[in-house]
Amino acid sequence: MYEILTNLLNNTIIAYIISAILPLFVFILPFALFAVYLERKVSAFMQDRLGPNRTGYRGFLQTVADILKLIQKEDIVAAGTDKWFFNFAPVLVFIGSYAVFAAIPFSSIYIGTNTDIGLFYIVAVSGIAVAGILMAGWASNNKYSLIGAMRSVAQVISYEIPTALVVLTIVMITGSLNLNFISDIQTQYFWNWYIFGGPGFTVTKFLLIPFMITAFVIIYISTLAEVNRTPFDIPEAESELVAGYHTEYSGMKFAMFFLAEYANMFAVSAIVTSIFFGGYQSPFGYLGNLIGLTWLIPIEQLFWFTIKGLFFVFVQMWLRWTLPRLRVDQLMTLCWKYLIPYAFVNLIIVGIILLF
Amino acid sequence: MKQYLLDTYNALKTVLIGMRITFRHLFIPSVTIQYPEDKVPMTERSRNRLFVNMDDCIGCDQCARACPVSCIQIDTVKALPTESLGTTSNGKKKMLWITKFEIDIAKCCYCSLCVYPCPTECIYMTDIYEFSEFERDNLKFNFATLTESEAAEKKANLVKLQAEKAAAAAKPITPTETKQ
Repeated sequence: MYEILTNLLNNTIIAYIISAILPLFVFILPFALFAVYLERKVSAFMQDRLGPNRTGYRGFLQTVADILKLIQKEDIVAAGTDKWFFNFAPVLVFIGSYAVFAAIPFSSIYIGTNTDIGLFYIVAVSGIAVAGILMAGWASNNKYSLIGAMRSVAQVISYEIPTALVVLTIVMITGSLNLNFISDIQTQYFWNWYIFGGPGFTVTKFLLIPFMITAFVIIYISTLAEVNRTPFDIPEAESELVAGYHTEYSGMKFAMFFLAEYANMFAVSAIVTSIFFGGYQSPFGYLGNLIGLTWLIPIEQLFWFTIKGLFFVFVQMWLRWTLPRLRVDQLMTLCWKYLIPYAFVNLIIVGIILLF
Repeated sequence: MKQYLLDTYNALKTVLIGMRITFRHLFIPSVTIQYPEDKVPMTERSRNRLFVNMDDCIGCDQCARACPVSCIQIDTVKALPTESLGTTSNGKKKMLWITKFEIDIAKCCYCSLCVYPCPTECIYMTDIYEFSEFERDNLKFNFATLTESEAAEKKANLVKLQAEKAAAAAKPITPTETKQ
């Protein structure tokens, strides 16, 4: 995207700014508005309710109304807080989740930076959000916030290990950290996706399938925990900690946390999509190739990427309204006693398969 | 080791079972009733706002005495012998003009105790439950059919009759007194 804009505008600085801002306004904000609406609808339907249906057609404008309400709200900063950090924390959390989008390929021509260390960058940069969360909890000067923040940090850091191990498995197979490359080689049909063992028809492909499915389950669980969503929402745990690390926040600062959470949801879904489900690739060829319109292909790719990402966001919501919250010790048990050993064994077996 | 693998298997299996249940619920029609538009019909013996059918009321004051919170206020005036008030639907002859029949719903505790003693079954619970008001005085419901001037007229009639009666009674008494 940056290259195209540079050629178009003949100005690198404006191209930088546009390509940095574009995902926010084109993608994340509309997505967050839609995802909050979707979440409320999905939860309502799963509980045999109707959900929001008064604002706009079938409640479609409900989240817009919510945002308008949040903008109007008084921005309360409690007297005992550490003002500077308190005000900076939501921004940092949002930076952490927004920076991830820089390396996510939305389509073959639309990728923030086509960097060769994409996956590594994502794993690293998502750690910034942890600092933001801890900052928010600590600066709030509130015991619930601090407990929530500490739980969050413990959880996110623990769950980064299985995530990284699964990412390593994929990197071993593809030999690249570039998400655009990884998406690109899973082209043409859905049996070329890495969940089905990757492109080509070799014995290795069929041997890999069960281990790829295991890897997918592991990375899905651990990314779910990394974005602090139910059943791993112990940092926010309404019934125990009021609202966890954002107890003291109100108005737009709260909205920033909210936006970061939903941006994160899509980011992790996008990563899972990119490395296991062909990224932006269509599962069965392109309409653009069929009717000979090559400019249609990137738009179709964006469509498929959004559909796949939204599907995994939907599964996250589905899990949220199915499973109860884990206890702190259960959460740590799941990570350290189950996910990490399985991820390690998976990594070793995949390595052995790839040797032959 | 065997237990470990079994635990993993059970965890995944139970999660999938739970997910299947919630997925099925996605397609079950919702049970929500969109209240102001759709209403649940009240059950047969539900207790809501009181209503008095004044055609049947004989002004016996039993409901007012049964009321534990004294929210019913009844004033009656005896009818003149010449006046006919008709009969109630179950054949009781009406003897009293009801000049005031006021129920303060704000006080009412919906106990339904006033309903049982009524000899003509003219006071009963309806299924109306949406009658909130901004002023408390608006919750005083007056059921009396007589207007104020009519009520005053009836009272005046009675006073006149009593005066006549007293006058009539006074005449025969005097001779007896003189006898003694």
